[in-house]
Amino acid sequence: MRTEDLVTMLAKGAGVVQPNQAARRYAAAIAWGASGAALLMVILLRPRPDLAAAMLLPMFWVKIAFVTSFAAASLLAALRLSRPGLSLAWVPGALFAPLLAIWLLATIVLARADAAQRAGLFFGDTWNSCPFLIALLSAPMFVAVVWAMKGLAPTRLRLAGTAAGLLSGAVGTMVYSLHCPEMAAPFIAFWYLLGMLIPTAVGALLGPRLLRW
Amino acid sequence: MQRMQETGRLNAGEERLRNLLLLGLAGDEPAYHAFLQELSAHLRAFLRKRLARLPDEVEDLVQESLLAIHNQRHTYDAGQPLTAWIHAIAKYKLVDLLRRRARRDLLTDPLDDESAFSSASDTEAADARRDLGKLLEQLPERQRLPIVHMKLEGLSVTQTARLTGMSESAVKVGVHRGLKALAAIVRGDA
Repeated sequence: MRTEDLVTMLAKGAGVVQPNQAARRYAAAIAWGASGAALLMVILLRPRPDLAAAMLLPMFWVKIAFVTSFAAASLLAALRLSRPGLSLAWVPGALFAPLLAIWLLATIVLARADAAQRAGLFFGDTWNSCPFLIALLSAPMFVAVVWAMKGLAPTRLRLAGTAAGLLSGAVGTMVYSLHCPEMAAPFIAFWYLLGMLIPTAVGALLGPRLLRW
Repeated sequence: MQRMQETGRLNAGEERLRNLLLLGLAGDEPAYHAFLQELSAHLRAFLRKRLARLPDEVEDLVQESLLAIHNQRHTYDAGQPLTAWIHAIAKYKLVDLLRRRARRDLLTDPLDDESAFSSASDTEAADARRDLGKLLEQLPERQRLPIVHMKLEGLSVTQTARLTGMSESAVKVGVHRGLKALAAIVRGDA
């Protein structure tokens, strides 16, 4: 086949391309992924019964702020890695900032607590289920983000898969935090992060195979 | 140094090429045609330099990259340097090709591969070894017919729909999916 013929064929009737397709695909992915996670949470776990009361406590909002800013940074990473030729630029910094903030807070809380309380602040009552439930709730978002990425053109597949995992983990955690009774910063700084890292590892592992085009 | 020269040379034509692409994305067909034509020359130069030891693969890869760029043209962000976008796609396809060859060479005797020894002319080798007709034969009818009528014969969506008995949206979807399927066949995993 002559390249010129291919060019003519591709150009013929190529039509109009809608702008902002990346943003639109991700908006749809987040809507589906977050509703899927919310549905799973309501059916399997239920929101914490004292949610209304908890929402009056500052620590509840610290927790929400941590997961939300982490989710926003991983969304930026996923958006950039979904399109050819865009570097990550300052996005890794935006990912580490909320992590550093919660680690700092956790350190302060642990340092100020009595030695006898520290284990309780770290393990809470739910450490042994929290990471797995977060991974479970992130599953719908994982599928949705991979769908969004496959409709775009990631060129660094392992990194893109990692970002997809991170974003789904963060969205799963946002939904999970409406169920989770834990409020201590040391718990959140470790177990929430561990939960988000499960889909992240899956994404890094499967990225090259799932996202190839 | 060589890299800098290359970017410098591309920058001069980049604005022009970018304008053609943006016009093309907005539906200007002659502009899009001109974009693809200039793009193929760019790609040929870019890939020839990187595939110096496999000259016979260059034109195949130019075509594969053209198809990829066309299929993914909705991922170009108008605020982004065009060359960064084009080179990222071309490099992705280049690495993919080298990986495929490495895998194939593990399975077959690499000495059987004549292409490594024959010297292709370095002039405008604008003909690839692939045959479009044979590629199209591998597509299902609902994708092949819309491509043949619209993209090769130049009929409109309405005419194609009437001729094939498909709905207009099915025709559009057929072209879109068909070109994606062609890219997958070319890549060798369909």
